[in-house]
Amino acid sequence: MIRPHDSIIVQTLGRFLIPVVQIFGLYVLFFGQYGPGGGFVGGVIIGAGMILSVLIFGHDASRSQLAKKVLHGDGVGMLIYAGVGGLCMIGGGEFLNYANLEIPGLETASRRSLGIVLTQIGVAIDVAVTVVSIVFSLSAEEVMEDSING
Amino acid sequence: MIISYEISLLLLVLVTAGGAILVKDLMSSVLLLGSYSFFLSLAWAWLGAVDVAFVEAVVGAGLATVLFLLTLFGTNPKDTRLRRPPPSLATFIIFPLLGLLLLYAASDLPQYGDLNSPASIHISPTYLEQSYQDNHTPNVVTSVLMDYRSLDTMVETVVIFASGIACALLLRRHT
Repeated sequence: MIRPHDSIIVQTLGRFLIPVVQIFGLYVLFFGQYGPGGGFVGGVIIGAGMILSVLIFGHDASRSQLAKKVLHGDGVGMLIYAGVGGLCMIGGGEFLNYANLEIPGLETASRRSLGIVLTQIGVAIDVAVTVVSIVFSLSAEEVMEDSING
Repeated sequence: MIISYEISLLLLVLVTAGGAILVKDLMSSVLLLGSYSFFLSLAWAWLGAVDVAFVEAVVGAGLATVLFLLTLFGTNPKDTRLRRPPPSLATFIIFPLLGLLLLYAASDLPQYGDLNSPASIHISPTYLEQSYQDNHTPNVVTSVLMDYRSLDTMVETVVIFASGIACALLLRRHT
């Protein structure tokens, strides 16, 4: 169990920093096709924003509700990634061959570009959920109490 | 000037890595490891691998440090002091020999930026030339990771997913 931090400086800075961190994570995620970045780093940065809110405002604060709700999304990222691969197979190609995505009005290269964006979103969701989930696991109440008592 | 920059960077990497091993307190060890990752990411950026540098800075210096610190806060305070026995004589003989062997093997590696090295004549030119026509993605690293080698990345995602599941199963008892 993580309690809210008492320092006013930390709280104010957190209120300002967390949205910036999350916007930057989204930017890194979607800019990954044009510069350094991509799904993995973007997911870690988005997850880091949620970890920051848990560390600053505590487990039960309203600002940490997003991080708690995220835990229900375990496996959604994998589903998106593998689902894109399955859609490619439905379109008549190999698994994860984005050129077979059934989207009318797009040429092959644009379909592959779209496939890259979709799978990157899948990776980012998976990584962000996993990161937040590991932090919640490490700071679980039972573990902390056991260490204090024994 | 460039040479001195490289040497000081490599010295910082060596000093922080050695410090993370030698220091007596686990908390200082974790923080030194974080700064080691940061200097290592600068080294990656200096070699031109910007994506790797980005991942190293975010994951190694940021996330891993946070996870290590959370683990430390979950342990007893007296567990964080390290008392290690002095290294044995065999360590002093075997590890320098291993280092010499590695240095000897490193002389066979191709030069940095060598156009005729095996890594740059096999399939990399195809990727570099075809990437933009194939999938309209200027960043070739992303296009190799997510398109040409997409299946590998999917299994890596499975690994990350499995690690999260394993942590939850092992550490969370009731919730």
